[in-house]
Amino acid sequence: MEKELRLMKGNEAVAEAAIRAGTDGYFGYPITPQSEILEYLMEAKPYETTGMVVLQAESEVAAINMVYGGAACGKKVMTTSSSPGISLKQEGITYIAGAELPCLIVNVVRGGPGLGTIQPAQSDYFQATKGGGHGDYHLIVLAPASVQEMADFVELSFDLAFKYRNPVMMLSDGAIGQMMEKVWLSPQKERSKTVPGWATTGKPPTRERIIITSLDLDPNAQERFNQKLVAKYNEIREKEVRYEEFQLEDAEYILVAYGTSARVCQKSVQLARNEGIKVGLLRPITLFPFPSKRLNELAGKAKMMFSIEMSAGQMVEDVLLSVNGKVPVYHFGRMGGIVTAPEEVVEFLKSKIGG
Amino acid sequence: MAEVTGIKEIIKPENLVYKKTKLMTDKVLSYCPGCGHGTAHRILAEIIDEEGLQSETIGICPVGCSVLLYEFIDIDWQEAAHGRAPALATAIKRLLPEKFVFTYQGDGDLAAIGTAETIHACNRGENILIIFINNGIYGMTGGQMAPTTLPGMRSSTSPYGRDVKIMGNPLKMTDIVATLLGTYYVTRQSVHTPANVKKTKKAMRKAVQYQKLNKGTCFIEIVSNCPSNWKMTPVQSNKWMEENMFPYYPLGDLKIPAEQITQKTSNSEKND
Amino acid sequence: MTEEIIIAGFGGQGVLSMGKIMAYSGVMQDMEVTWMPSYGPEMRGGTANVIVILSSDRISSPIIKHFDTAIILNQQSLDKFESSVKQGGILIYDSNGITRHPERKDITIYRVDAAEEAGKMGNPKIFNMVVLGGFLKVKPIIKIENVIKGLKKSLPERYHSLIPMNEKALQRGTEIIKKV
Repeated sequence: MEKELRLMKGNEAVAEAAIRAGTDGYFGYPITPQSEILEYLMEAKPYETTGMVVLQAESEVAAINMVYGGAACGKKVMTTSSSPGISLKQEGITYIAGAELPCLIVNVVRGGPGLGTIQPAQSDYFQATKGGGHGDYHLIVLAPASVQEMADFVELSFDLAFKYRNPVMMLSDGAIGQMMEKVWLSPQKERSKTVPGWATTGKPPTRERIIITSLDLDPNAQERFNQKLVAKYNEIREKEVRYEEFQLEDAEYILVAYGTSARVCQKSVQLARNEGIKVGLLRPITLFPFPSKRLNELAGKAKMMFSIEMSAGQMVEDVLLSVNGKVPVYHFGRMGGIVTAPEEVVEFLKSKIGG
Repeated sequence: MAEVTGIKEIIKPENLVYKKTKLMTDKVLSYCPGCGHGTAHRILAEIIDEEGLQSETIGICPVGCSVLLYEFIDIDWQEAAHGRAPALATAIKRLLPEKFVFTYQGDGDLAAIGTAETIHACNRGENILIIFINNGIYGMTGGQMAPTTLPGMRSSTSPYGRDVKIMGNPLKMTDIVATLLGTYYVTRQSVHTPANVKKTKKAMRKAVQYQKLNKGTCFIEIVSNCPSNWKMTPVQSNKWMEENMFPYYPLGDLKIPAEQITQKTSNSEKND
Repeated sequence: MTEEIIIAGFGGQGVLSMGKIMAYSGVMQDMEVTWMPSYGPEMRGGTANVIVILSSDRISSPIIKHFDTAIILNQQSLDKFESSVKQGGILIYDSNGITRHPERKDITIYRVDAAEEAGKMGNPKIFNMVVLGGFLKVKPIIKIENVIKGLKKSLPERYHSLIPMNEKALQRGTEIIKKV
């Protein structure tokens, strides 16, 4: 079957891609700037076609716990929200990580802290990549930078989630959620009929009962479990790093940016190169695992690195750890819902290189 | 008098009056002597067994004394975060509508931190069974005040007795959910005497049947005791429960299916 | 070819939908497009705006500060975005409600009195299509036939009867736009 071309908002693309990926259940709660996802699903009524369950929960807390329940049955389940709602979900997310359940969580980030603003931001990087809730855990974090990737990463997220029995987060933002672009949609997939062996489905006499839990009162057993998680995260760090390079071949100055900021920086690279400054861009696609090795290699060749993010400086800490002192690293970016302008990045760059 | 028989004679199956239910595991119960949880577990296990539902059942454990419930009954289980069991059950039942899905929750879990999940699952009429063990206290964390702690009742966080002016009133969750359009069968029972055990078991059996018929949420409160944290012997605690808990949380059905009401009315009309 | 456009006016003037039609038309013409609206309760001085980028290449930043064309439909937007037009760029405005007209000398300014014209045509709602017609006259980057295709694609079937009226409005726009 051929792919279908549509012009869609990023939020709508997530919803349509979820249906087409054969998602079993979506549980959500309205919050700007991502409410179009639930609205789209309710209008599309996939429960009448693919049988996908769509439910508006009473809260983000309930929604993520519905995801837990569905995931523990081996189903492809997801929820979406924006920053304040994602904070509410953190309890459920750490339980899901602790019970090693696969699921997809989409965060269409808005500015914070607190109620903040409904405009786009990238200020949830720490929360997404360092755990977010209590305990030692990581999500796999994908950062879409286009409406196309909002669609494509839904299926990729589920693949990774089931491969590692780990929750996956798509860390997007209000700009990508709200903007429309062309998107090529994959054909409809059937919902999976295979049930993973670890899922609760009712205990037949032929097997031991299955218990999905994150509880272990024996500290030795809990430590062994923590070690198992560490091994899993290390495997993910080894195998699942994804990034995109843009005009890095001869770059003396390297911008590091994800999502909307990466789009902004592509323009900044063009503008700076028009002025004869050799700039390139590394766009992490996975934020966990972070492309540390590649950045460390690049640090040997570059004069400076710049972490460009719509935050007070969060990813810059991972850039600093990656380059390990090999090269000076600066952070720049607007906050509070203001998208950094491409020209502002160039100005900042010039102020540092003295050009 | 019959002649004295040996132990072998006594444990002959035909002579036994009590034995472990098939679905109870060999794990030693973690409950204090005299606690109602063990009895409630046993009834539940019996019902699942008798109805042939072992391979069809997914249970959801709470946070509280019965957090380790999954150790005791031989079915598939999910352990929920504190108060969230009805949210898990909602998704499980919607994704696997043929399965028998129930939650088992204490008063702190269901009536405090999980109030929203409880009310909304009931209001949506999720086809699940919610079993609510109400002993008016937080057992596992050491006897703190629960949403259902009675006025004047002492706990470690109401050491002078629950002062309703400061601490608010006990919450009658079962009465609340009975008013919701999504609930089908709401009842309040106990498990402290054989007669009450029978009634509770009958209520559970009804709930199983109603779930098969997709009738909506069934909600069974079991008013229970907590000898350890009430600081009483098991016998005292049951007496105290009868004298203090039952007047505030009276036993009986709060909501029964419409067809039963019609039957009752027609019966009473006949009687008139 | 890349054309970076901002359309700005009051909420309810059809600003966002004009941008959408442009974007759909661009898709019909095999271009890359982005449509980035201002969203949420307006906090920008009563204006709603949308950035539309049409390009033959992959589009970088969907949010930009300088535009090839600004289509301006109220005074606040004129005050805010007149300075955002690139040197040598184009500013198109409807003079309805404008008290301070655009003043820049390093850009080309066009006036399209679309509100008045739509009123004359008996349907104020087609105002934005008159403006779009004017834009396509001075920047013929999309063929009118592709706009019609875009309309068919973006409008629910039940509104397709309105397409001839929109086509007429587009045509009228091309006729009444004039250089200031």
